Amino acid sequence: MSVHRLEIEVRPGLVDPLAEATRKRLETWLELSPAALQTRKSYHLDLGLSDEEAQRVLEALVDPVAEIGALGMLPDPERDGEAPWILSVGFLPGVTDAIGHSVRRAASDCLRRSLDGHAYSSTLYLVWGVDGPTLEAAARELLYNPLIERHSLVQAPRSVDLRVPRAGSERAPGVEPVALREADDATLERISKEGMLALTLAEMQAIAAHFRGLGRDPTDAELECLAQTWSEHCKHKIFASPIRYVDPQGDETLIERGLFRSYVRAATEAVADARKQSGADPEGEDFLVSVFHDNAGVVRFTEADHLVYKVETHNSPSALDPYGGAMTGIVGVNRDSFGTGLGADLLSNVWGYCFGDPRGPLRDRSGLPPGLMHPRRIRDGVHHGVIDGGNQSGIPYSRGFELFDGRYAGKPLVYCGTVAAMPVTVPGPPPERAPRPTEDKPIAVGDRVVMVGGRIGKDGIHGATFSSVELDESSPVQAVQIGDPITQKMMWDFLSEARDRGLYSGMTDNGAGGLSSSVGEMAEATNGARIDLAKAPLKYPGLAPWEILISEAQERMTVAVPPAQLDAFLELAARREVEASVLGEFTDDGRFRVDYGALEVCDLSLEFMHDGVPLPTLEARWSPAQARVVDAGAAEAALAQLDCGAALLDLLARPNLSANDDRARSYDHEVKGLSVIKPLLGVEGDVPSTATAMRVRHGRDEGVILGEGIHPWLSDIDTEAMARACVDEGVRRVLCAGARLDRIAALDNFCWPDPIQSAKTPDGHHKLAQLVRCCQGLYDACLAYGVPLISGKDSMKNDAFLGGVKISIPPTLLVSVMGQTPDVGACLDLEPRAAGDRVYLLGATALELGASELERARADAGSPLPPTDLPRTDLEACWARYGAFAGARDAGLIRSAHVCARGGLALSLAHMVLASGLGLELELDTDGLSAAAQLFAESTGRIVLTCAEAQGEAVEAALGAHGLQRLGRVVEAPTLRVSTGAGSGSGSGTVIDTTLAALRGRFGEALHGL
Amino acid sequence: MDSEQHQGRNFGTSFAAKRTAIMDAFELDGAAEAVRVLVPTGYGLNCEAESAAAFELLGAQVEQVHVSDLLAEPGRLSQASILVFIGGFSFGDHVASGRVFANRMRFGLGRELARFIADGGLAVGMCNGFQVMTKLGLLPGALGEASPEALAPQQVSIVGNDRLGYRNAWVRMRVDPESPCVWTRGVESIESPSRHGEGKLVFASDAVRDQLFAERRVPVRYVDAQGEATSEWPANPNGSPDGAAGLCDASGRVFGLMPHPEAFLYPENHPRWLARRFGAEARPAFGLGLQLYANGVRAATQT
Repeated sequence: MSVHRLEIEVRPGLVDPLAEATRKRLETWLELSPAALQTRKSYHLDLGLSDEEAQRVLEALVDPVAEIGALGMLPDPERDGEAPWILSVGFLPGVTDAIGHSVRRAASDCLRRSLDGHAYSSTLYLVWGVDGPTLEAAARELLYNPLIERHSLVQAPRSVDLRVPRAGSERAPGVEPVALREADDATLERISKEGMLALTLAEMQAIAAHFRGLGRDPTDAELECLAQTWSEHCKHKIFASPIRYVDPQGDETLIERGLFRSYVRAATEAVADARKQSGADPEGEDFLVSVFHDNAGVVRFTEADHLVYKVETHNSPSALDPYGGAMTGIVGVNRDSFGTGLGADLLSNVWGYCFGDPRGPLRDRSGLPPGLMHPRRIRDGVHHGVIDGGNQSGIPYSRGFELFDGRYAGKPLVYCGTVAAMPVTVPGPPPERAPRPTEDKPIAVGDRVVMVGGRIGKDGIHGATFSSVELDESSPVQAVQIGDPITQKMMWDFLSEARDRGLYSGMTDNGAGGLSSSVGEMAEATNGARIDLAKAPLKYPGLAPWEILISEAQERMTVAVPPAQLDAFLELAARREVEASVLGEFTDDGRFRVDYGALEVCDLSLEFMHDGVPLPTLEARWSPAQARVVDAGAAEAALAQLDCGAALLDLLARPNLSANDDRARSYDHEVKGLSVIKPLLGVEGDVPSTATAMRVRHGRDEGVILGEGIHPWLSDIDTEAMARACVDEGVRRVLCAGARLDRIAALDNFCWPDPIQSAKTPDGHHKLAQLVRCCQGLYDACLAYGVPLISGKDSMKNDAFLGGVKISIPPTLLVSVMGQTPDVGACLDLEPRAAGDRVYLLGATALELGASELERARADAGSPLPPTDLPRTDLEACWARYGAFAGARDAGLIRSAHVCARGGLALSLAHMVLASGLGLELELDTDGLSAAAQLFAESTGRIVLTCAEAQGEAVEAALGAHGLQRLGRVVEAPTLRVSTGAGSGSGSGTVIDTTLAALRGRFGEALHGL
Repeated sequence: MDSEQHQGRNFGTSFAAKRTAIMDAFELDGAAEAVRVLVPTGYGLNCEAESAAAFELLGAQVEQVHVSDLLAEPGRLSQASILVFIGGFSFGDHVASGRVFANRMRFGLGRELARFIADGGLAVGMCNGFQVMTKLGLLPGALGEASPEALAPQQVSIVGNDRLGYRNAWVRMRVDPESPCVWTRGVESIESPSRHGEGKLVFASDAVRDQLFAERRVPVRYVDAQGEATSEWPANPNGSPDGAAGLCDASGRVFGLMPHPEAFLYPENHPRWLARRFGAEARPAFGLGLQLYANGVRAATQT
């Protein structure tokens, strides 16, 4: 088949923004300054076109006003007598090329006929004034990722390059048995490791025993299917297994039902019971609508809508291909929330990342083992991936945070979440169209198994098992998928229409484990399913049946369609240009049966698939490497010497606390037109909001409020305190913005280093004990606050072994909190409103600087603080305080409210000044605690609020019993001035006296331009 | 929420109550309820909810129709009095923003679109919709005599921002009071979120550009803090010359712009709403972005 090549560039005289941006990146990242740089788009049309047709396609693609193009090549002009080097970057065979898809569509539109074959996109960089080898090295560091992209570098004059990355092979599909029954332990372990199965010896033995009982060996597909289903990623074995736990006092207990049932699920059940006891919810209107069993948690919101929320991590893929891995993270979690019940309407995304320090020069790899990308490049790629995934899907983001620590250089943490609104009912099947509850999936025997959306390729094979082991040199390239948000958007536009016409009975996402997991899970509804993989559409030929079964190729949902609706479903899909393929049907024979045409591929009992995994008792022993001895006197003495003003400015310039609006504004936060309290606010729009609020439906005033808590450094001292602090901060944030006390829900995301004791992990017992204490803290906090955990996720192998170096993340819990308000017009933010208003601190401060930002800053500066305690969180006192606060807030007494969080009170005050452009004139009472401790301790449970002078007495009456301290007042002059009172033990004096301009200068310093 | 008395607070209003208040504020009557608005959707467009809500809150009848259904039944176009080109990422903005989508419309619906405009139909486009309208030749429309049978050739394009990449921030635009644009009539300035990576206007020639400015077919321009038209970032997010943020055709009935007034339907959409509301007596009934759409509905009732 003939291939045509098109080249398109910006019309001479117009700006080439990609060239400008590339030039800037080469300069700032690599100190490389080409004499000139120009870019082109290039498309290879492998579509069987005539030359005349290719010319017409070119004319349809080139902008007649802004671009020029050529069939074949554009001329490569010399500059100052020098021919340019031409770098071409395209995708490797089989990697999703969404632009190529659109080009094929455009060609078909313009020629008005359907086309076979593919179109492939690439980018050309024409560079003058840099030699070939230097450019080659720079390209590798900055312009392409060899895991997914191919490149060529030639100097003009060149010949037309018509090579295309055709994928696939002519290999005939086959099924191979795996000789497991007679294998010894060493062989079983080898099969698991070499096959990237991530199955333990005990699991391999259980599978061998099962098949010995059946009198045959498993097929390759059966073994793969079990490996996916039993992976840590899908089965959460560490959370399910019994644990023998030795606590800090040396007492041993057996957590027989595992962590999930004993703490996570137990917390939610206890909260649900307490609501029932207290009659919190009217009959038949339980707050908890659907938890634990679906893709995402569902809670009650209005008479018309429920709210759905899920937060995922996508750490391992993002380490290998930050752009593709992170994009898959966001579009993947979109599918989770979308695919809950019969389908929900996506409302808002959240993101949060933990990276290594991005500030070092790109070529300074000190401390970075070979094979790891520089944190700056990982950060850059992750941002771009989630930006493109979210923006192109038309979903605004609400929350975004970034944290930095060298221990995240091995595996970055990439959190992506999605809130959705689920109509309380949707129409049932025609002709009756009787309303039915949306949270249920009424799948029946005989309903067809239909795969909808993208096609299957080798991308994303072994994603589930890969993320269940540490990262090392042999990590599979295939585990990386690239999302195609437009294919996905078209898919869910279609599915939303089909939902509202009652055309299907259930659906789930094809994520980890692909069809093996999605069909395997849905089969539990009817107790069986049978599919034929020969009917699954492939991106290219040559996939083995097991590969088709477990591929995690993106943009696919598995849908259950009743036979009576099948024709209408398929007709609508065709009209919307969404591929839908009937693969089989749901059965009730207790088996998951897979064929490929006449070949038998897989025949597993569902019982063994879902309950056959052995769960050995795990060992946990609290045994920190060194005990932390608190020395309050020494700490206060050191703090007394601290220049608080300088310390505040230094904290603002640390990456954890600095402005990231540079990046964050590349994420759409306003599409859908529902935003109320935006993620960034203030006169300059650069201050991160305490919590965000948005309407849920047009024309209505009820809103959803989002916040979160994440404190990885607290886990260095005590994970129980970390969990309490995370729940507290997330809840406190949404309450500041206006959330109802009685409608708060939370999500837990655990990211842990491997907590299983082994030669590679000699401290596994302690890491598991850290997990136990974290779960206990989470349980206690949720109960005290009456906050159910409606969804969660764990990622338990966040370690990298490369070049003999092991990097493990600190144990990290993210608690994402979702609140509700009846009226978004009553929401508050952190910004003081007017000069003359009073400023109060609600909640007591203690000498709790352990694991604080100030403690890290002092350590980095070489003058560490003597150890103090870490925030402990008095849950009962906090909850009582929040009740009083919400009362005062709803009575209209409060004008602004902000949490004290990372960086302490000082950071909160800086935010208030930065946001409002007003000043603060404050006085601290230092009778009990030094000014520095009061300003920088990260004690939980505290809110800084402002109120009108006239409301001061009422505020004091309402909150006086809850640790209310009057700090001072808002002033017109934009300065932050904090002094200690005349009556203070340490004498009076100014401890902070700084200007808005100084604060803004340092606030913008750390991450700007990276 | 479940209780009207929840914590003794005054509640926000329902959709119907909001619509009534808004129609009153704009002095729209039953005639507005007869205005039919067509909102084509699909293929990666994503601003259908807010674009539809804008016209619904003004009392008009809104029909969202998937482009594939519209291409299958082009006659549906003639039943509408307002056609809305919504924002989003049609076909991912692959190749160039709006290019693939505009081609599909041109090849499949070009004649009907030309007829719709020639018959006095109103059209408005935001962001990706505006990009599509320029690539279809709907904007700025014919520079001389218009043909009722064919779309005008493309004379303007919208290309990558001088500062590469997508950015979401509010901008202020000044309205040209001399412009024939019916959508901006009586409005002095507009604030809206700007959310695009390709928003810079490029003209086929200086002559085209001079003619459009001379005919006041650049109804909205980005302005700086002093209210002066600017090509400087960030007040001008893309480097568009002379602050050009949008275009209209010679009749003024076809209008498009890069920013998103449809994302400012409620007062609480504004990033400074809390600061603005401070000290104010009453809660405003609507966000100021709605003014443009009210003008469109009013123009439709006067046809």
